[in-house]
Amino acid sequence: MRYKLTSELIRDELLERVETLSGQQLLSCYQCGRCSAGCPVVEEMDILPSEVIRRLQLGQLDQVLASRTIWICASCLQCASRCPKGVEFSSICDALRQTVLRRRLSVPTVDADDVTPTMVSDAPQMGVVGALRKLNG
Amino acid sequence: MKIPYYPGCTLHERARDFDVSAKESAKVLGIELEELPIWTCCGAVFPLVTDSVMEILAPVRNLSYASRIGDSVVTLCSFCYNVLKRANKVMRDDADKREKANLFLRADTEAREAIESYTLEDYEGQVEVLHYIEMLRDVVGFDKLRGKVKNKLDGLRVAPYYGCMLLRPKKEMEFDDPEQPTIFEDFLSALGCEAVDFPMKTECCGGFQVVRDEETAISCSQNVAASAIRAGADVIVTTCPLCRYNLDVKQEDIAGRVKDWRKIPIIYFTQLLGIALGIDDEHLDFSDNYVDPRPLLAAKSAS
Repeated sequence: MRYKLTSELIRDELLERVETLSGQQLLSCYQCGRCSAGCPVVEEMDILPSEVIRRLQLGQLDQVLASRTIWICASCLQCASRCPKGVEFSSICDALRQTVLRRRLSVPTVDADDVTPTMVSDAPQMGVVGALRKLNG
Repeated sequence: MKIPYYPGCTLHERARDFDVSAKESAKVLGIELEELPIWTCCGAVFPLVTDSVMEILAPVRNLSYASRIGDSVVTLCSFCYNVLKRANKVMRDDADKREKANLFLRADTEAREAIESYTLEDYEGQVEVLHYIEMLRDVVGFDKLRGKVKNKLDGLRVAPYYGCMLLRPKKEMEFDDPEQPTIFEDFLSALGCEAVDFPMKTECCGGFQVVRDEETAISCSQNVAASAIRAGADVIVTTCPLCRYNLDVKQEDIAGRVKDWRKIPIIYFTQLLGIALGIDDEHLDFSDNYVDPRPLLAAKSAS
């Protein structure tokens, strides 16, 4: 049996688009795990930040787009600040969210109707505006 | 001395205490924060995707308004500061986006002129975006500030909570070291307070995720507040209305689930500044705090 080792098989147009949208090179990541170690909301994620990047390197975009992880990220940029290779996981996450939202691959995690009256009356506007822009598009 | 001021929407509504304490304090320091004659919401979050011009239009429009009345603009909210500063950098460095954004600005000039007698010119990033604390350091000077302190809060142990938006990304914000910032420590030292170092001072409070799931914010905020309490802080100061909300209001939930939780007041750094400058409580507005800081501040002021 002959094996062909090539990146062509795992790099499709959509994955290229994620790289362009995020401005990040997925193959720069060497899986040290500092992004996952420093993430303040990692406990809620179903796939670790470093694992998201690894799966993208391997072409498993569908699994990543269907994950909870991409909606949990608070865009605090701690991952980007600590990455020794300068990869911004937060930006990759934004690109993945935008991919889902723009292509309507699933319903948004937060709908304007889901924001409770208490939240509207008590929470700072920037929080509500920020959540709707990041998680609803 | 007048300096253009961009309050942002939260400071006109939910965080009026932040706005009023900043203005009153500035007045004592000889600075009038001149609110932009026209402004809109900045959009709250900066787009992390590379193709978005639409999402920088609001901050660029506000910067353009600021350029009409001065060469710098001061802001207080961490989100506004992050968005304005990053959008400004795009306008300075990215010729393609600069051109596109200006095309949009020109397109709505005519409509705006009719209602606002205001003409927008091309904007190229010429305004300097300053955070209020940078204004204190660079325009007023921490040494001069030290001389203006009337009410030395001796022995008040203050945890300076930076959060994320002031600091990151470092290469664009150029505010302070993203892991070991010191500007708030220097500010607190000028006020005569003791700055308490704590491991979670640059950790996220959960931010806007509170809208999706409050548990996320409660868990993050508990980590931050517990870290400051363990380090011996009496009070936490912040510069972000969302951090204030998550850390302060959510202590009700935290106290319900953590045995013997000692509630810690969360105040804006401008409220502490106001107290140090001898401004009355009523001008600093502590009515919105869930954990009332007044007993503690009164006790420390009296000593």
